[in-house]
Amino acid sequence: MNLAPVLPILIPLVAGALSLAFWRSIRMQRVIAVAGTALLLAASIWLMRLTVEHGFLVVEMGSWPAPFSIVFVSDVLGAIMILLTGIIGLAIAIYSLASTPEGHEKFGYYPLMHLLLAGVAGAFLTGDIFNLFVWFEVMLLASFALLTLGGERAQMEGAIKYVTLNLFSSAIFLSAVGLLYGMVGTLNMADIAQKVNSVEDPGMVTVVSLLFMVSFGIKAAAFPLFFWLPASYHTPQVAVSALFAGLLTKVGVYALYRVFTLIFTQDVGYTHTILLWAAALTMLTGVLGAAAQFEFRRILSFHIISQIGYMILGLALFTPLALIGGVFYIMHHIIVKTNLFLVSGITYRLLGSYELKNLGGVYRQRPYLALLFLIPALSLAGIPPLSGFFAKFIVVKASLEASEYVVAGIALLVGLLTLYSMIKIWAEVFWKKLPEHVTDTRRLNGEVRDKQSWAFYVPVVGLAICTMIIGLYGQPIYVLAETAADQLMNPQLYIEAVLGGQSQ
Amino acid sequence: MATLMAYVIGLLFTASIYMMLRRSIVKLVIGLIILSNSANLLIFVVAGLTRGAPPLIPEGADQIVGAVADPLPQALVLTAIVIAFSVLAFAVVLIRRAYEVVGTDDLDKMKDTDT
Repeated sequence: MNLAPVLPILIPLVAGALSLAFWRSIRMQRVIAVAGTALLLAASIWLMRLTVEHGFLVVEMGSWPAPFSIVFVSDVLGAIMILLTGIIGLAIAIYSLASTPEGHEKFGYYPLMHLLLAGVAGAFLTGDIFNLFVWFEVMLLASFALLTLGGERAQMEGAIKYVTLNLFSSAIFLSAVGLLYGMVGTLNMADIAQKVNSVEDPGMVTVVSLLFMVSFGIKAAAFPLFFWLPASYHTPQVAVSALFAGLLTKVGVYALYRVFTLIFTQDVGYTHTILLWAAALTMLTGVLGAAAQFEFRRILSFHIISQIGYMILGLALFTPLALIGGVFYIMHHIIVKTNLFLVSGITYRLLGSYELKNLGGVYRQRPYLALLFLIPALSLAGIPPLSGFFAKFIVVKASLEASEYVVAGIALLVGLLTLYSMIKIWAEVFWKKLPEHVTDTRRLNGEVRDKQSWAFYVPVVGLAICTMIIGLYGQPIYVLAETAADQLMNPQLYIEAVLGGQSQ
Repeated sequence: MATLMAYVIGLLFTASIYMMLRRSIVKLVIGLIILSNSANLLIFVVAGLTRGAPPLIPEGADQIVGAVADPLPQALVLTAIVIAFSVLAFAVVLIRRAYEVVGTDDLDKMKDTDT
C-alpha cells in the first residue's frame, strides 16, 4: 500500500497524541510541534512530487476495492492544498513558540493545533463524501477549542456565533449527504459522479447540489453567509487567527471546488450562475466591510471574505483558465493572508493593541518590519510582480474571456479598494506618529526584548519569500495550477483513477 | 410510513430553526440538538425504511436473499450521533462559560464583536 496520501493525516494525528502524552512538559510539546509540522511539510512535498509524477494517488482503506472502501485520493489540487497546509502548519508552529501565552500552552494548545491540521489534511485527501463530513467535524471541534482558549468575553461571544453557524452548516451537509445517498446509493465521490447522471429526477440532484452549496458556502464564508467570520476571527490569540485565516475557510472553498467540478456538473448553467453572483457579491461586501473597519485584524478578516469571492469566481466561470486562476488564487491567498495576520501579531506585541488609533510609529523604529508588512499587503492588493497580481490577472482575464464584464469590473474595483485598506493600515500603523496617549513604548524602542523574538520573524520572512517566489518564478506554479485545473475539468480522469483500480 | 416520517422530519427541522432564532442561548443549543437529530432521522428515512429484515446471509446460502435493510445508513447515523454528541457537549459547556463571562443569556446583548 502506498503510504504517501495517508502520511499527511497520520503525522499530525501522531504528533497530537504524542503532545498529549507529554501534557506536563511544555518544552516537549514545543519540540513536537515544530518537528511534527516539519515532518508534515516534508511528507506534503513528497506527496506533491509523487502526485505530479503519477497524476492521481489512490489508497483504499483495508484494501477493499474502491466503491466499498473509504478511499484517500490525492490529485494535484489536493496535493497543492496539502503542501500549503504543511507550509502554514510549520510557520504557525514556529510563530507559536513566541506568541502563545503560557496559559494556553498548558491547556493543550499544541495538541489542538495538530488535531486541526489533521482534520484539514483529511478533508483535502478523502475521496468519500461522508468521510469528508467526519474530517470537517474533526477540524471544527479542534477549531472550537482553539477559538475559546483563554476564555475572554469577546472570544465567548464570537465563539457562540462561530459554533452555531458551523454546526448549522454541518447539519445541512449531513442532510445533503443523506439525500444524495438516497438517490445514488453510494458515498464514494467518484462513484457518485458516475451514477448521478442516471438519477431519474435531475431536478432533485440540483436541489441537493444547492444544499451542498449553502453548507460549503457557510464554511467558506461566501455572501450572504459570512457573518460568523468577522464576528469571531479577530478574537483568539493571533497564531490561532492566522491559522484559521489561512486554512479553515479554504477547506470550504476546496469542498466547493471538489463537488462542483466532480459531482454536480449536470446543470452548470443554473448552479454556477448562482455561484458567480455569490462570488461577485462576496468580493464586494467583504471589501466594503473592510473599508469601514479600524481594527487591524478585523480589516484583515473582512479581506478574507472578499478574497474568497475571487476563488469562487474561478470556479463559477467554469472555464479551464478560470479554474487555473482560482487554484492559483488559493495558493497565493493562503500564504499572504496568514502572513498579514502574523505581522499584525508582531505589531500587537510591540504596542499592545490591534486598534489602528492606538498604533503608530512602527516604520521609524522597525523599518524592516514595515517592509515585511508591505510585501504581503501589496501582494494582496495585486501589485506586480508579487503573487497577487498574477492571481488576479488570470481570474480577471478568464472573466473577460467568458464575457462576464460586470463581474470583471467588480473584481478590478475590489482590487483597488483592497489597496485602499492596505494603505490605510500602512499609514496608520507604520507611518503615522505614535499617538501621544500610547505610553508603553518600551518594546517598540527595544528596551524590552523577548527571548524568542526570532520565532516571530522567521515565519513572516519565510512566507514573504514564498510570496515573492510565486510572483517572480511563477511559471512552474502556473503549470501546477494548470495541471490541477485540467484534472478538475475532466472528472473522468478522477473517476477512472479511483474506480479503475490503479491504486499503486 | 415514509410519508409520516417525512412530515415528522419537516416538523423537527421547523422546530429547530424556530428555537435557534430565539434570543436565549439555552434555546439556541436546544435548537442545535433538534437540528442534528432531524438530520440523522432524515438519513435514516431517505435511504429507505425496511422493517424486520436484517442484512444477514441465511445459513447455507452464500448471498443475501430477498429485500433487506441497508446497513450503511445505520452506520452513518451512528457515526453522526457520536459526532453530534461530542460537538453538542462542547456547545453546552460553551454556553455555560459564555453565561459566566458575559453575564447574560440574551443573544441580543452579545453584539460586542459584531458591527
